Amino acid sequence: MSAGTNQTGGTNSGLVKWIDSRLPVFSYLQKEYAEYQSPRNFNWFWNFGAILTFLLVMMIMSGIFLAMQYQPNTALAFDSVERIMRDVNFGWLLRYLHQNGATFFFIAIYIHMFRGMYYGSYKAPRELLWMLGVVILLLAMATAFMGYVLPWGQMSFWGATVITNLFSAVPLVGDSIVTLLWGGFSIDNPTLNRFFALHYLFPFLIFGVVVLHVIALHVSGSNNPLGVDPKGPQDTVSFHPYYTMKDSVGLAVFVTIMAAFVFFAPDFFGEPENYLEAAPLNTPAHIVPEWYFLPFFAILRSVDFDILFIEAKLGGVIAMFGAIFVLFVLPWLDKSPVRSAKFRPVYKWFFWIFLIDCVLLGYVGGKPTDAPVFGGVESFQIIHLGYITTFWYFAHFLIVLPLLGIFERPKPVPKSISEAVLGGGSSGAAATAKPMEKA
Amino acid sequence: MSDDTQDHDDHSGSRRDFLYLSAGAFGAVGLGAALWPFISSMNPSADVLALSTTEVDLSQVEDGQRITVKWQGKPVFIDRRTPTAIEEAESTPLAELRDPETDEERVLTPEWLVVIGICTHLGCVPLGQKASEDRGEWGGWFCPCHGSHYDTSGRIRKGPAPLNLPIPPYAFLNDTSIKIG
Repeated sequence: MSAGTNQTGGTNSGLVKWIDSRLPVFSYLQKEYAEYQSPRNFNWFWNFGAILTFLLVMMIMSGIFLAMQYQPNTALAFDSVERIMRDVNFGWLLRYLHQNGATFFFIAIYIHMFRGMYYGSYKAPRELLWMLGVVILLLAMATAFMGYVLPWGQMSFWGATVITNLFSAVPLVGDSIVTLLWGGFSIDNPTLNRFFALHYLFPFLIFGVVVLHVIALHVSGSNNPLGVDPKGPQDTVSFHPYYTMKDSVGLAVFVTIMAAFVFFAPDFFGEPENYLEAAPLNTPAHIVPEWYFLPFFAILRSVDFDILFIEAKLGGVIAMFGAIFVLFVLPWLDKSPVRSAKFRPVYKWFFWIFLIDCVLLGYVGGKPTDAPVFGGVESFQIIHLGYITTFWYFAHFLIVLPLLGIFERPKPVPKSISEAVLGGGSSGAAATAKPMEKA
Repeated sequence: MSDDTQDHDDHSGSRRDFLYLSAGAFGAVGLGAALWPFISSMNPSADVLALSTTEVDLSQVEDGQRITVKWQGKPVFIDRRTPTAIEEAESTPLAELRDPETDEERVLTPEWLVVIGICTHLGCVPLGQKASEDRGEWGGWFCPCHGSHYDTSGRIRKGPAPLNLPIPPYAFLNDTSIKIG
C-alpha cells in the first residue's frame, strides 16, 4: 500500500475530502492504523492488544443490552437475571457472553502483561505506556468486582462483603470508608444501586485510558520479540494490511475458543453457589472470588501474622494492593539495559519461575488454608505454600530483578531486526538506518 | 523587553503572587464545597439511619441454645450459655487474649451473651449458632472464611480477626425479653 499519496485512505470521494479538511478523522486513521510502521517480526503474542480492544467493545455492547433488562434492587435483582436467562430473547446469549467475556478479558490481559514482562516492553521509553496498562488492569478489576455483585447470588453478596471490609483495615477512618461504600451498615440495596451505576461507568473510563495507552504506544512505537528498536524501513512493515490481517487471524482463534465456552460450558468458570440468592444471615462454607482474583486473594490470606506494629489484617491488605502497585515501579526495578528475555539467559529462567509462582498463588487462593497441598501430607498445608509463593512474588520484583541488572551478562543483541530475521545485513538500507544506540 | 524580564524575575511578594494564591485558595475551597454534597450523598440516608430497634423474646430459648436475630441488617447472636461455657469464659486469663476484655465487661448477666455475629476480620457470619456446626477450638464460633476462632464470650482467640465480636447496645425489658438498639 503506497503511503502518502492519498491522505484519506485511498478514496477520492469528494465528501470524504470535504469532511477530512474540516475534521481530519480519515487522515488520522490512515496515518495511525494503515501506514503506521510496526516492527516486521511480531509473533502471535502481539495479538492481544487487538483482542482486548475487541473484548472491551463486546463487553460494553452486551452490558448495555443486559442493563435494559436488569433490575438493580435487592428484591428484584436475582429474579431479573433469571428472567434474562429464561424469558428475554437471546438473553442467555447476552449474559453468557458478558459472564465469559469477563473471564476471557482477564485471560487476554494477563497474557498481554506476561508478554510485556518476557520481552521487556515496559523499559524506556515505554514506562508510561506500561503504567497506563496497570491503571487499566486496576479499573478492570474494580469493574469485574462490581459486576459480579449485580446478580445478587450468595457469592455476589459475600464476595462483596469480604472485599469492601478490606477497607476497614485502614487506620482511623476505615469504618467510615466502609459505611460510605455501603451507604448503610451492611451490603444492602444502596450498595447494589451504586455498584450498578459505577459498573456502567467504569468501562468508559477504561476506554478513555485505552485511548491514552494507544497514543503513548504510537509515540514510541511497538516493542518486538528482539527488543531492538527499528533502525529504518527495512525493519518495519505498515500496520495495514500486515498486522490487521495477523490480528484478525489471532482474534478469530481466540473468539472461537471463547465461543466454545459460551455455548458448551458457560458456567465452567463460575461458582454454583452464585445460583443461590443472597442470604445476609448465612455465609457459604467457602467463599472464593472469581479465578482472576485468586492470586491476589492468596496474597491477602497469606499475611496472617503481625509485622511489627502492623496487624495481620492491615498487613494482608497492604500486601494485596502492593502486589499490584509494585507493577507501577517495575520499569525502575529492572535495571538491565537489554529488553528481550531472548538475550537474558538468567532472567529467562526467573521469568518462568515467576509465572509458575503466579499459577501456584492462584491454586492457593482457591483452596481452604488448612488443606494439604495437592492432597499430600497434612503438615504441608495451603497456608505454607501461600507463605512461600507470596514471598517469591515480591522477591522477584524487589530482589531478583535489581540484582540481575547488576550481575547478569546478557548475550550479544543483534544489530537490527532485519539482520536477525532476514539473516544478513541489508546493505542498501544501511544508509537510511539511524545510528545504533547502545543496547 | 528587558524591563519585562526584570519584572518576571522579581517574584517575591508581588501583588500578582498574592492574587494567584488567593484565587487558587478560593478555587480549592469552592471545589471542595461543590464536591461535598456528592460524597455525602453516598453515606447512609435518613431512612437507613432511622433508629431501628429490635425486641427479642427470650422465653423460648433453652439452656445452651443460640438464636440469631436481625438488627440494622446485621445478624445478632444471642447465646443462653451453660454453666460450663460461663466458667470457661470467666476463667480465661487476660494475657491469653488478643483483644483483652473480661467476660464481665461483655455481658449484662452471665447467662445471656449478646454479640453482633459479624467476623471482625472481613465481615463473614461465623458458624456455631447450631450445635451441629463447627464452633472452633474454644467452643464459641468459627469463621469459615479465613479461619478465626472465637471463645464462649465471643472473644477472638486464633486467626486473622483483630477484635472480639462487638456487643450491640441492648437492655433487658424484663427477665425474658431484651431490646437491641
